[in-house]
Amino acid sequence: MPDGPGLELLRGEIDRDAPGAVLATSYEKERAALIVDAVRIIEVLAWLRDTPGQGYRFLSSLHVADYLPAEPRFGVHYELLNRERVERIRVKAMLSSDSPEIASCVELFPTANFQEREAFDFFGIVFTGHPELTRILLPEDYVGFPQRRDFPVGGEPVTFTYSEKRYG
Amino acid sequence: MEVERRTLESRQASARDMLRGDLEGEDLERYVEERVVTTTFEKMLNLARANSIFPLTFGLACCAIEAPISIVTARYDLARFGAEALRASPRQADLIILSGRVSIKMAPVVRRLYDQMLEPKWAISMGACSSSGGMFANYAVVQGADKFMPIDLHVPGCPPRPEAVMYGFNKLQRKIMGNPDQGWRQRYNAVGTEEWARGGPASKPSAEAAEAYDLARELTLA
Repeated sequence: MPDGPGLELLRGEIDRDAPGAVLATSYEKERAALIVDAVRIIEVLAWLRDTPGQGYRFLSSLHVADYLPAEPRFGVHYELLNRERVERIRVKAMLSSDSPEIASCVELFPTANFQEREAFDFFGIVFTGHPELTRILLPEDYVGFPQRRDFPVGGEPVTFTYSEKRYG
Repeated sequence: MEVERRTLESRQASARDMLRGDLEGEDLERYVEERVVTTTFEKMLNLARANSIFPLTFGLACCAIEAPISIVTARYDLARFGAEALRASPRQADLIILSGRVSIKMAPVVRRLYDQMLEPKWAISMGACSSSGGMFANYAVVQGADKFMPIDLHVPGCPPRPEAVMYGFNKLQRKIMGNPDQGWRQRYNAVGTEEWARGGPASKPSAEAAEAYDLARELTLA
């Protein structure tokens, strides 16, 4: 885990090779995160994976968060792990709600295949260049993206005989 | 006619004589009176059906630990009620226990299993989840298994104890024998709480929910 200064040093190194790709950094609760321009996500992931001395070769998780009132709304999180030094770093790309599109990183990390399909399934994030971007957990004919925060909760209202009698 | 009670020894003796062909006349009459019960064919058939149920080896979620696994093991022992032979194929089974929540993706599969079972067949919905959706009031879980297949019996609980499942099983046996336990609304003083008596289906979504559904449909189809 790079600490705060380490994160800034890392950002400096990325800026030298890919200027402007990293928009910001955040260091919260001992978690280092790079906030990256969504268009250049592959560039940054490849840099972290292939640059000698970095070696974040393991994508431990790819997931999406919906920060609904905020815009850009969706955050795609890549949790990278350096297995030699046991260091983790989070790369985050923000996507707007009208065009939630980002390049697929299946070429770099084959494990992202199913995780990107899951992100598409639940949030409707389109990963361009994905070999087969179809629903993975929900039924194929499902309409909507249920993990979005503006998706209705669903279910049914339940009536209880007991409380009805007691409270009218 | 009053049949006089005899000791075990004398009954065994007359059974032996019967097999030897030595029993005749009044003794034979008495033997038949003691040994034979008359009933209708349907009652006999239902008695046999109720006491030789073949449940399907089938589990959906955490309730499966209680229902098909626990109750057939030695501690609870469903074999006492004639249902120890769990069948691995729906074509050989006549009882399906829905043990757990049914997701919308699983529902067609469950329905297909139920359709593959041969008549006569029964279904027990076990636990809160398969009966009503339980705590999963969300997009992924069917809100009550009776939305897609007929259910004979609901066992409440989360999960129900194995004793509760066996109690439900006994209730099912009584139902099969044409003697179902009815009238719970009278017993629990809940007459008039049926959906039709409330004036319309209670499952209709609220105005806000309907609006949210419409909005989501617009957003996702656009």
